[in-house]
Amino acid sequence: MLKVINEIFRVSEDKKQNIMLDKTGIAKRIAKEVQDGYYVNLGIGIPTLVANYVREDIEVEFQSENGVLGMGPFPFEGEEDADIINAGKQTITTLPGASFFDSAMSFSMIRGQHVDLTILGAMEVAENGDIANWKIPGKMVKGMGGAMDLVASAENIIVAMMHTNRAGASKLLKKCSLPLTGVGCVKKIVTNLAVIEVTDKGFKLLERAPGVSVDEIKKATEGNLIVEGEIPEMNI
Amino acid sequence: MINKKVNSVNDATKGISDNMTFMLGGFGLSGIPENAIKALVDSGIKGLTCISNNAGVDDFGLGLLLQKKQIKKMVSSYVGENDEFERQMLSGELDVELIPQGTLAERCRAAQAGFPAIYTPAGYGTEVAEGKETREFDGKMYVLEHAFKADFAFVKAWKGDAAGNLIFKGTARNFNPVMCGAAKITVAEVEELVPVGELDPNQIHIPGIFVQRIFKGENYEKRIEQRTVRQKE
Repeated sequence: MLKVINEIFRVSEDKKQNIMLDKTGIAKRIAKEVQDGYYVNLGIGIPTLVANYVREDIEVEFQSENGVLGMGPFPFEGEEDADIINAGKQTITTLPGASFFDSAMSFSMIRGQHVDLTILGAMEVAENGDIANWKIPGKMVKGMGGAMDLVASAENIIVAMMHTNRAGASKLLKKCSLPLTGVGCVKKIVTNLAVIEVTDKGFKLLERAPGVSVDEIKKATEGNLIVEGEIPEMNI
Repeated sequence: MINKKVNSVNDATKGISDNMTFMLGGFGLSGIPENAIKALVDSGIKGLTCISNNAGVDDFGLGLLLQKKQIKKMVSSYVGENDEFERQMLSGELDVELIPQGTLAERCRAAQAGFPAIYTPAGYGTEVAEGKETREFDGKMYVLEHAFKADFAFVKAWKGDAAGNLIFKGTARNFNPVMCGAAKITVAEVEELVPVGELDPNQIHIPGIFVQRIFKGENYEKRIEQRTVRQKE
């Protein structure tokens, strides 16, 4: 079963040959947060890659909010079933022990805090834990899907994202500039530069990416960055 | 046994008219009521408000109704992958209300279950909660969201019988069960309409009491939006 889990999203990874090492690195680091017995909801993008790097000696079940628990790898060619897809509308398979359910029950799992860990991407995170990831004013808005339900309820939310946007501006801000998805909800952020905990006093630096200095992280962080003592390198 | 069976999609959609509000099951293109959508397109009725998680793609699902400009308003959680939708939204021809996916499901379920409204934490502190009543419970803030009111719910199931009992398959279940009984009239289309007594009562997902009309759908295309496969090693 574990080997199968690790193959869940491999196809999407292979398809993107240009994937940056640090996106994989982010996924590898977040995978270390996944513990034995966890039910996990993975968002689209970097979070999807996390499934590839979960330890092989633990049992984890992936939930997809369109109504499946125990998501397995993509089907072999010719075995696709239009009635079995994930929240990204991709054809999938299920693992032994899987279950299907309706949308209300799916969000009961999420709002009712039965899902242990939610990993999702973001456009911006503020030092108080606010997150913005669904809308850019002036651009076509596609909708929030299940993101607002996920961030409003999950006990344990990890954001996977690049530390800065394409223009080089920090995505870790004092205050989000984009319309919010949820308030005060993000607990941890893993970026290409650092692992950061969101505390009452702001972003607390926990770990540095290999070869990245504390100064570089400070420069890339607009919000208040708390640095206490020696900051260890990530162990990926 | 109270008979809910009708012989055609035309009988099943009797009573539809301009400016009505419809619920339509499905997630992406999975589990959408293909036959009912086609009948709505053929009917030519306009000014519709459609409550559906997604809005189909350009040439399939609710995209077919959008193409003919029959929809006035969409209530959805995610509406990507549809150029005509985008065009109508940006030009102001189409009114769009985007709401969290869990809220969409629960507003259907509230209508089904006889609750006028529910409190949800989803969207609190965001523009989704603007103008809505909020309330604190045990130190956490919640938003009051009202049950939907709809004229028809169009759902799709895998198997059903003339009593209106339904069984769904895989993730094609999604919003379909929560829409049953959430509108004045629920119309279920099924891939297999089996003789009454054949479905095991232990396995029924939606009891027939929630369904007013049931018919056997035809020519299901069941289009796949994102075909993803892996190679055999």
